[in-house]
Amino acid sequence: MRVMVIVKASAESEKGVMPSQQELSDMGKYNEELVKAGVMVGGDGLAASHQGKRVRFDGKKRAVIDGPFAETKELIAGYWLWQVKSMDEAVEWLKRAPFDGGTEVEIRRVFEADDFGEEFTPELREQEQRVWAQAAENAKKG
Amino acid sequence: MSETTARQAIEAVWRIESARLVAGLTRVVGDLSQAEDLAQDALVVALEKWPESGVPENPGAWLMATAKHRALDLFRRSKMLDRKHQDLVRRLEAEQVSLEPELHAALDDPIGDDLLRLIFMACHPVLSVEARVALTLRLLGGLTSEEIARAFLVPVSTVQQRVVRAKRTLKESKVPFELPPPSELGERLEAVLGVVYLIFNEGYSATAGEDWVRPTLCEDALRLGRILAALEPEEPEVHGLLALMEIQASRLRARRGPGGEPILLMDQDRGRWDQLLIHRGLAALAKAESLHRPLGPYCLQAAIAACHARAKAPEETDWEAIVALYDALAQIAPSPVVELNRAVAIGMAFGPEAALVLVDELAAEPALKGYHWLPSVRGDLLAKLGRQEEARAEFERAAFLTQSLREREMLLERVRSVSI
Repeated sequence: MRVMVIVKASAESEKGVMPSQQELSDMGKYNEELVKAGVMVGGDGLAASHQGKRVRFDGKKRAVIDGPFAETKELIAGYWLWQVKSMDEAVEWLKRAPFDGGTEVEIRRVFEADDFGEEFTPELREQEQRVWAQAAENAKKG
Repeated sequence: MSETTARQAIEAVWRIESARLVAGLTRVVGDLSQAEDLAQDALVVALEKWPESGVPENPGAWLMATAKHRALDLFRRSKMLDRKHQDLVRRLEAEQVSLEPELHAALDDPIGDDLLRLIFMACHPVLSVEARVALTLRLLGGLTSEEIARAFLVPVSTVQQRVVRAKRTLKESKVPFELPPPSELGERLEAVLGVVYLIFNEGYSATAGEDWVRPTLCEDALRLGRILAALEPEEPEVHGLLALMEIQASRLRARRGPGGEPILLMDQDRGRWDQLLIHRGLAALAKAESLHRPLGPYCLQAAIAACHARAKAPEETDWEAIVALYDALAQIAPSPVVELNRAVAIGMAFGPEAALVLVDELAAEPALKGYHWLPSVRGDLLAKLGRQEEARAEFERAAFLTQSLREREMLLERVRSVSI
């Protein structure tokens, strides 16, 4: 299964304070371990929210909101994507991460197609396929 | 900590640590079988203690220290304390003294050489291919015998026997726990890659039965491939195999229809291809190419897979590039199956007539006798040429030859489609 490990923002990350040499080297080592174990499939750190945008949907209206955003603890500062055998394995890996100072890091399971179960009925899948076939048809003409 | 939570946590720790643990212990005691026993002993102790004490801060080091204590006890108690064992006890005791304060650092295998040694040992050519697969999945993949048995549709006792026999063979053949010398590296690496790809293919296209895809085996193989790429970064074929597996796995979601029926590459919904895996596959291929060595068979196959992955719609596929890659593949790894694939690519690039000539030549090939893809491809070419009757007969023959239930259904569907 694939999981997303979500690292929340902090006052420092929002201010754009870069991690110390030590923190960087610890994290580098940890990342290397994840790679060597074949667990890491992706991930990145995100720039502070003042470089971000939001789009609010309201009926047909679209309002663009500029960062920074207030609710620091709800913001995401980075993520990993891991391939693991179980949620327990993900927890064990995360426990080894070099975080400190009251940080809370979240692990969420990534949906796979079969998870949609009833919602993703054969008809819906078929519809998806039709949409795609149409797109291919258009591409041929274009 | 409840019994079940602790058990689950221990299982997870075991999956993470067991390979390194067995590798490190094999280096110390010199015998794989004994190393595995010691590691298992440590696991038993953990299962007794951790539910009460909680999982220790550094579970890997804890397991290793426990296993080493067990080894010491065992050897001290042994009546036949021969010279070899005496040396070992001295070494272990010396290590305990010197390592205790810096246990974690010292147990680290930063280069991963022990793990690599273990991989080469598990895939050693003295072992049968089945034994290599079982040993690799068990030692490196952290799978239990039950899981391996389920994946390969064989009884658990068969897997256990294979593992026991394999360990005995390694001991009797005095296979050293060492990296292969440079003169043998190419050949030995080929054996390792072969085992990983076999595991992947077993998952990707189950040879018999109803399940067309057993994705967990694909995931296990991918993980092994990723580990290898990190441990042997200078070998292009390691990255080539990884690229090939990542790109093929990117289509896992798309190659089954709602009823579980197989969907062929050209008919797949490309929107369902896993872009993350494609991205990783293309990156691995680029890494292989950046090493500036002649491309081996895995790199070439990955390059072919990459041509498909880059095409946003089937019509955009660069078939001429694929033909060129198959030409190269046929040169370095000639096989009738490669020729058949090359013929398919030629059919797509230059039309069905040119391809049919090649396929007809291959029909005489004894190695392809009973290979269901041959009539399947021939049927496809005939159908494109408007020779419906002949096409139908070929699809019927292919349906008769395949061992996969799902493939048979798909081929019978093609029989029906040409009759209309």
